[in-house]
Amino acid sequence: MANWIPLWVHKLSSPPNFYRFAGTLRPWALGLALLTGAIALYGGLVLAPADYQQGDAYRIIFIHVPCAWMSLFIYGLMAVASFISLVWRIKLAEVVAMESAPIGAAFTFVTLVTGSLWGKPMWGTWWTWDARLTSELVLLFLYLGVIGLYHSFEDRRQGARAAAFLAIIGIINVPIVHFSVNWWNTLHQGSTIRILGPSKISTAMLWPLLTMMAATKFYYVASLFGRVRTDLLSLESGKDWVKQIAQREGQA
Amino acid sequence: MNHAPLGPACVAVLRRDLTLAWRRRGDIVMPVLYALIVITLFPFALGPEEALLQRIAGGAVLVTMLLAMLLALDAMFRSDIEDGSLEQLILSPQPLALMLGMKILAHWITTALPLIVIAPLLAGMLHLPTAVMPVLVYALLLSTPLLSLLGAVLVALTAGSRRSGMLLALMLLPLCVPVVIFAAGAVAAAQQGLPWLAPIAWLGAALVMALVLAPLACATALRIALDA
Amino acid sequence: MSAFFAMGGYAMYVWPAYAVFFIVLIADYLNPWLRRRRNLRELRGRLARQAARQQRNPTAP
Repeated sequence: MANWIPLWVHKLSSPPNFYRFAGTLRPWALGLALLTGAIALYGGLVLAPADYQQGDAYRIIFIHVPCAWMSLFIYGLMAVASFISLVWRIKLAEVVAMESAPIGAAFTFVTLVTGSLWGKPMWGTWWTWDARLTSELVLLFLYLGVIGLYHSFEDRRQGARAAAFLAIIGIINVPIVHFSVNWWNTLHQGSTIRILGPSKISTAMLWPLLTMMAATKFYYVASLFGRVRTDLLSLESGKDWVKQIAQREGQA
Repeated sequence: MNHAPLGPACVAVLRRDLTLAWRRRGDIVMPVLYALIVITLFPFALGPEEALLQRIAGGAVLVTMLLAMLLALDAMFRSDIEDGSLEQLILSPQPLALMLGMKILAHWITTALPLIVIAPLLAGMLHLPTAVMPVLVYALLLSTPLLSLLGAVLVALTAGSRRSGMLLALMLLPLCVPVVIFAAGAVAAAQQGLPWLAPIAWLGAALVMALVLAPLACATALRIALDA
Repeated sequence: MSAFFAMGGYAMYVWPAYAVFFIVLIADYLNPWLRRRRNLRELRGRLARQAARQQRNPTAP
């Protein structure tokens, strides 16, 4: 193990330690998520003025853009965790990678749905094959592939390694897909509608957006920690520390 | 040290796989029949109007080829895993990536080449202009090996699991989106009289990269999947 | 207040969008909790059966 990694990081990767660490941090992460989310929603839904072009429908941007950002951000984290898990065989990295996938898929799904609901009043169509939405759809398939591959193995650790490899192949593919979909749009230009976002975003609209971006990040941490804790319990179910937790919760 | 010379080893693997495929000649015909049937479904679904069919011909042929290869990919390593010869190959002193590259080549020869041969016929059934046919063949010559190489990595990943063919499709199709876009885009550009060399060049570049990287990735994937 | 809910006429787009956002994220948050309760319950059952088997047959592995 490389000696530049500080000792506390090394200790943290042991399952019972991380279980406790995540358990302490999780309520704080959720609290921050709810707080910043509420502030962002108040700023976006109540304080910010209506857009002169899109009226009040543009307010979907306050959830659509943070979700789109998270869908890409989580895929990046998943790929990094996958890389770490394949190279150094760290069980915690495997769990973090595999449990990030459903959260990322959820954000991608919300991105697509909110994008569609934004598109209908704005461009008159529920779906458009523009570069960004199409890339987002392919991203959803990539997530589902990773999740599907992980669950198709009997041995969970082997499944995690295979799915981690797939995640890394996928992330190399994401910029390629984006580039090719852009080119495809220019080739078939007549039939597609270009997305016109708010051309210049005013400060009143910008700060709720950025606050919501922070809120979704806190949420990701809270959700991830919950999922990792649950997964660690089932992976390590033979160990004493898990048995103790099970007995304690049985008596409660 | 490595006593067995590399060249003869490659030829041996290639010859073995081609011989085995030839012994099951019927299986070579299946993807071709499948493609033929699927192409005939398009006029039934969309109507026989020539202008409409001509517009979709290039894309329809490409998607059909992709689906036919997807069906055939499933069997790439299966029989070798079942009888243990793949594990012998992994244990052998030859570089695994190179041996797998030979197997992928054999699979492409037996699966994709017949499809490419009938591709002009299929495209003709959908009224693709004859002038565009060469572009279609170039696009297929570059995109089908890409599909074989990418598909091999994914088939290797699922080698040890109780997988369904649908999972392979779910994993492969997002990765194939750029290949489909550039291959079909080349044909569409040629059809509209626009320059079509750029997407073909992109496919070529991707193929060169895949030729180097995919066998290595395939070897890693096999080791991950079979390391039970 | 009703103007707020009307969202300038776009209410049937804006509110379902926000609803999907909240529903999906709440489902995502609760999913591990339900899994955890089920897993721990099964683990307790397994441990109880193991202990019972040990009592009946002290020499068994």
